[in-house]
Amino acid sequence: MRAGPAAGSAASVWRHAAAAVFPADALSPAGLAALYLFLAVLVTAPFWGDSYIVTLGTLILYSSLVGQSWNLMLGFAGLLSIGHALFVGLGAYTAGFLFAKAGIPPIVGFVPAVAVAVLAGSFIGYLGFRYSVGGVYFALLTIAFAEFTRIMVEHAGFLDGTQGLFLPVSQADRKGVDLINLRGHPVMFYFVIMALSFGALLLSRALLRSKLGYYWQAIRDDQDAAQSLGINVLRYKMYAVMISSGMAGIAGVFYAFYSNSLFPDSTFGIERSIEVTLAPIVGGVGTLFGPIFGTFILTPLGEVITWLIGALKSAGVIDPALKLNGLKLLVWGIAVVLIVLFKPRGLWPWFRDRLGLLRKARDDGDTGGRGDG
Amino acid sequence: MSFETLINALVSGLLTGLVYGLSALGLSVIFGVIRIVNFAHGELMVMGMFFALVMFRLFGLDPIMAIPLAAALMFAFGYVLQAVVISRVAHLPEHMQFLLLAAIAIVIVNACLLAFGPDAQGVQVGYALDSFAIGSLIVDLPKLYAAITAVAIAGLLLGFFKYTATGKAIRACADNHMGARVVGLDVGRLYALTFGIGAACLAAAGCVILLLVEVQPYLAPAYTLLAFVIVIIGGLGSLPGALVGGVLIGLSEDLAAAFFDPSMKTAFSYGILIIVLLLRPQGLLGKAAR
Repeated sequence: MRAGPAAGSAASVWRHAAAAVFPADALSPAGLAALYLFLAVLVTAPFWGDSYIVTLGTLILYSSLVGQSWNLMLGFAGLLSIGHALFVGLGAYTAGFLFAKAGIPPIVGFVPAVAVAVLAGSFIGYLGFRYSVGGVYFALLTIAFAEFTRIMVEHAGFLDGTQGLFLPVSQADRKGVDLINLRGHPVMFYFVIMALSFGALLLSRALLRSKLGYYWQAIRDDQDAAQSLGINVLRYKMYAVMISSGMAGIAGVFYAFYSNSLFPDSTFGIERSIEVTLAPIVGGVGTLFGPIFGTFILTPLGEVITWLIGALKSAGVIDPALKLNGLKLLVWGIAVVLIVLFKPRGLWPWFRDRLGLLRKARDDGDTGGRGDG
Repeated sequence: MSFETLINALVSGLLTGLVYGLSALGLSVIFGVIRIVNFAHGELMVMGMFFALVMFRLFGLDPIMAIPLAAALMFAFGYVLQAVVISRVAHLPEHMQFLLLAAIAIVIVNACLLAFGPDAQGVQVGYALDSFAIGSLIVDLPKLYAAITAVAIAGLLLGFFKYTATGKAIRACADNHMGARVVGLDVGRLYALTFGIGAACLAAAGCVILLLVEVQPYLAPAYTLLAFVIVIIGGLGSLPGALVGGVLIGLSEDLAAAFFDPSMKTAFSYGILIIVLLLRPQGLLGKAAR
C-alpha cells in the first residue's frame, strides 16, 4: 500500500498502529500490505456485509479471543489446558448472574467475573504445580475441574441449574448502543469483540516481548534448565495461568451478554473445551497470530460445508429429505486430522512463509512458529 | 442409611465397576505401551455398542455372543489406525497427539450420528428384567452376566501379557522402548498390535455394557472421561490399577446414587479424581517416577 504525500498523516497513524501490533521491522512489504488489507476488511465488514457476515465475524473474533487466551498457557508457558471452558464459563456465569439477579451492569460486573476466573485458574494452577502434576496429568486435572464445576452449576439453584440462566433483554435493547450494560445492536457486539480480541493480541505481544515472556519460553522449552538458572518456575507458571484465565473470563462476559442465555452443559462441557483448543493448534501453537488465523480458517470452513451440503441437496445430488446431522462436523473433523498429519506446525507459519509476510533477515534461529507474527 | 440399601449399592457398584474396569483396561494398555492418551476411547467403545446393537437387531444375537466378532473387527480397526495414522504423530508434542485423537473422536461420533441418529437405543434380551434374591440382596442378572464376562476377558488379557511371547514383547516395549529396538523387536508392529488389543478390549466392553445402558452417539465423550477418571485413579498404564479404579468408581457411583442424588454421581467420581491427582498423581497402583 503506497500512500501519497497528501494522505500521509492518516497513513502514518495507521502505520504506527500497525507497527504496534506487528513491528514493521518484522514484516515484509507484502506482509504489511496483507495486514492493512486484513484490518480494512475487518473494520469495514459491517458496512458492506449483511447481518450474516456480522454474526460470522463476531463468532470468529470471539473464538480468536478464547484461542489466544488458551495459547498463552500452552504456546508460551507449555501448559496444556483441556478445561478452558471452565474459565470462560465462570466469567460468563458471574457477570450474567450479577446482571440478571442483582442488576449490576457488566462494566462493573466484569471485575468480579475476571476475579472468579483468575481465582479458579490460580487454584488449579497452584494445586497442579505445587504437587508437580505435569503434562497429560495437568491437562486431565483441568478437565476434571471443568466437569466438576459443570455438575455443581447444574445443581446450583441460584444459577437456575439445568434450566439455564437468562439475561433480560428487550427488543428496544437490540437497536441501541449501550456499552455500560452491553445491550445493543449486533454491530455493536461486533466492534466490542474486535476491540477485545485486538486488545488480547496487543497484550500477548507485549507479554511475549517482556522479561516475563522470555521466562515463559525458557520454562516451556526446558523447565529444569530454567529453574537451575534461578527462574522461579512456580511463580511464572502461575502468572501464565492467571493471565490466561482472566482473558478467558473476559471472553466469558462477552459470551454471556451476546448469547443472553447460559446453560451448564453448553458453557462448561468438554466439547466446548476441545473446541477452544482446535483453532490455535490448527493456526499454530505459540505464534501470536496463529489462534486468530486458525479461527479464520475453521469457522468459515464449517459454514462452507453447511452451504455445500445445502447446495448438493437442492441440486438433487443428495436426497433433500435425508437428515445429515453431524455431516458438517464429520468433514470438519477429517479436515483437522489432515492438518495435524500434514501441517503439524500449524497453518499460520506455513502460510506466512509461503507468502513471505515476514522479512527474511531473521537470524534468531527459533522463529519456528514462535516469536513475532 | 439402611443396611439393605448399602449392601445393594455395594454389590451393584461392584458389578458395574468391573465392566468399567474392562473399558479402562483398553485405555491403560494403550497408554502404558504407546504413551498415547486415547481421546477417542469412548468413541471406540460406542462403536462396539452400535455393532452389538446391529447384530442383535439383525440376527437376535445376544451382545455377549457378539463379542468375538466385534473384538476381531475392532482389533483390525485399531491396528490400522495406529499403523497408518497415529504412528505418524508419535514424534509430535503431546498437544498435537491430543488434537489428532480428539479430531478422530469427533469424526467417529458424527459418523455414528449419521448412521444411527441421536436417539438412545437398547437391546431387549430375554433375561433383561430377571434378577435373583439372596435375603434382602437383589442382583440383576444382566449386570451379573456383564460383570462375569468382563472379568473373564480381563483375565484373558492379563494372561496374554503375562504368558505369551507377544505379550512379553509388548511389555518389553513399554518398559524400555530403546532396549526393545536393540534386541530386534519390531516396535512399530507391536504398537499397532497393542492399539488393536486395546480397541478389541473396548469393543468387548461396549458389547457388555449394552446389556446395562442404551446407546447413543453422545455417550462417547462421557465414557472417555469416565475411563480417564478410572485409569488416573488406578494409575495410568497399570492394568490391575484399571480394574481397581473401575471398581472404586462403580462403587462410588452407586453409593452416591443411593445416598445422595443419582445426578450427583459423576461429581463424586471427579472429587475422587482430584484428590488422587493431588495426593498421588501416579495413581493408586501406578509407578512413581516418570
